[in-house]
Amino acid sequence: MSATDALLVVEDLHTRFELERGVVQAVSGSSFSVDRGETLGIVGESGSGKSVTVRSILRLIRPPGRIAAGRVLLDGVDLLALDERAMTAVRGREISMVFQEPSAALNPVLTVGEQISEVLITHLGMGKGEARERAVTHLRDVGIPAAERRCRDYPHQLSGGMQQRCMIAIALACDPKLLIADEPTTSLDVTIQAQILTLLANLVREKGAGLIFITHDIGVIAQIAERIMVMYAGKIAELGTTAQVIDDPRHPYTVELLKSLPSLSTAKGVRLEEIAGDVPDLADVPAGCRFHPRCPRAFERCAQEVPSLDERDDGRRVACWLYDGESA
Amino acid sequence: MGGGGNPDPGTAVVAAGRRVLGVLGQTAKRMKVAEWLGVLVLVAYLLMTLIPGALATHDPIEQDILNRLAFPSAEHWFGTDELGRDLFSRCIHGARTSIRTAVIAVLFSLIVGATGGLFSGYVGGRLDEILARTNDILVSFPGIIIAMALIAVTGRNPIVLALVIGLVNTPAIFRVTRAVALQVRVLPYVDAARSAGASNLYIMFRTVLPNCTTEMFIQALLIATRAIITESSLSFLGLGIPPPNPSWGAMLNTGRNYMKRMVWYGVIPGVFLMGLILALQFVSRYLRRVSRA
Repeated sequence: MSATDALLVVEDLHTRFELERGVVQAVSGSSFSVDRGETLGIVGESGSGKSVTVRSILRLIRPPGRIAAGRVLLDGVDLLALDERAMTAVRGREISMVFQEPSAALNPVLTVGEQISEVLITHLGMGKGEARERAVTHLRDVGIPAAERRCRDYPHQLSGGMQQRCMIAIALACDPKLLIADEPTTSLDVTIQAQILTLLANLVREKGAGLIFITHDIGVIAQIAERIMVMYAGKIAELGTTAQVIDDPRHPYTVELLKSLPSLSTAKGVRLEEIAGDVPDLADVPAGCRFHPRCPRAFERCAQEVPSLDERDDGRRVACWLYDGESA
Repeated sequence: MGGGGNPDPGTAVVAAGRRVLGVLGQTAKRMKVAEWLGVLVLVAYLLMTLIPGALATHDPIEQDILNRLAFPSAEHWFGTDELGRDLFSRCIHGARTSIRTAVIAVLFSLIVGATGGLFSGYVGGRLDEILARTNDILVSFPGIIIAMALIAVTGRNPIVLALVIGLVNTPAIFRVTRAVALQVRVLPYVDAARSAGASNLYIMFRTVLPNCTTEMFIQALLIATRAIITESSLSFLGLGIPPPNPSWGAMLNTGRNYMKRMVWYGVIPGVFLMGLILALQFVSRYLRRVSRA
């Protein structure tokens, strides 16, 4: 994981929403990186700041939301410093995104073929005819049968799985360097989920692109991510390789999250554990560690000081006072 | 290389034609009798507009002073007017005057209103503030008064008249487009389009606008109705279409003078006017009914 390999570097990202009831700190000081060809999984409960983090990378935050501070470097270029025109050229070309609900993320009034063609015309300057032919190829690549015919279909004529394949085809049409997938399988059947997951992982590997995969399902992410980032209440709790985070979680929040996961080895009749308490209101975050009110291992210091995301001797980073003495 | 991805344009055209016929058949089945009648009557008026010469029996402005104010006969079905012109032919030709005014007015209000509404709703902020207030001002003026004032300045020009009617009706289009733009701009597929590198202009016209089409179409029909009534009213007042061009409004006004001698002169142009307006109403009622379902 040398510095030259980093495709995307996010430094000290702060995104907040200035609402009437107060300032919501949706992302406070996130720093992480994604290497070329690497898959980074982001896990967390609803409202933990996963989506806001990736939307900030693409600058899709709308007022009253605002990226208050930080840098987002793609190949060394700070995306937050680009003007809107230059940013438009990055979206869909260098970084593209697959959304949670394919039925809502496809434009209902354009055929899927048109939607792929538009991206090719906009970014690669193709002519209409060429773009249409390429659209068919792209649809075939994402495993859509009878792609030529499907090209002329409107989104509502396709199943959810097919729609998501189309979204992926649109996202990968221009060979982006980084693909962001925001819970791409959440709204799909379990059987389709696996197909889409494999498809994404294969395509990204084939093209050597980086992938950021967001999910609230830690089981899904273990299958395809090389590294996992666990977020809680707008802050990164733990960041390490998949093996480190899944098999040997350090942050109490990660531990609790894994305990609440059903598995085939869970004995019959055993109740799944839940994490006591609720996600804090991000407009009024608790002092100290944001997890301390719900943390089973919290002690005095946790309520007073904010733990920093320090690197441990095994290369992982954990924001927790339990490991204060062990910094590398 | 137009149509490069299409190996056989012939079959494509046939397929498209078949699809259009299918849609028309489906639509016909869902229509009520009055709505069906509305469509038929509208088609009749469209024919009068497009090929009045083929339907009319006489030249509408040819005078025959010796045979003025004649009663209906085999030669002159509705009789003749005070200058001996064939009333039937004048009624037929009057359709073009009305419908041309309506089309120009609707196009103007669609282009201006939709563009304004899209920018207002999608961009928001201060621009929205300015456009919405301008719109409010336009609404607060009584349309016919603005029209009369402008005609007093520009003279009785049918095109100017139509444009003024369009301007007065622009707020209706502005409002519906703005409302839809406000709803659509926060939907996931707008974000998805942005994430794929679509510019704001692209999103406004290719993503948001197509979602407004139903509402815009309904409003357009209402505006057409209003435009036809306004044109007739102004012509009735002597401010509309300059003579000798046939206009139902102007004919109603003249017909008034001969009410005792020949009632039909003052009634028939009104019937033509009413038929067109009712037909438009029935069709737009159908559209509203369907778009709500």
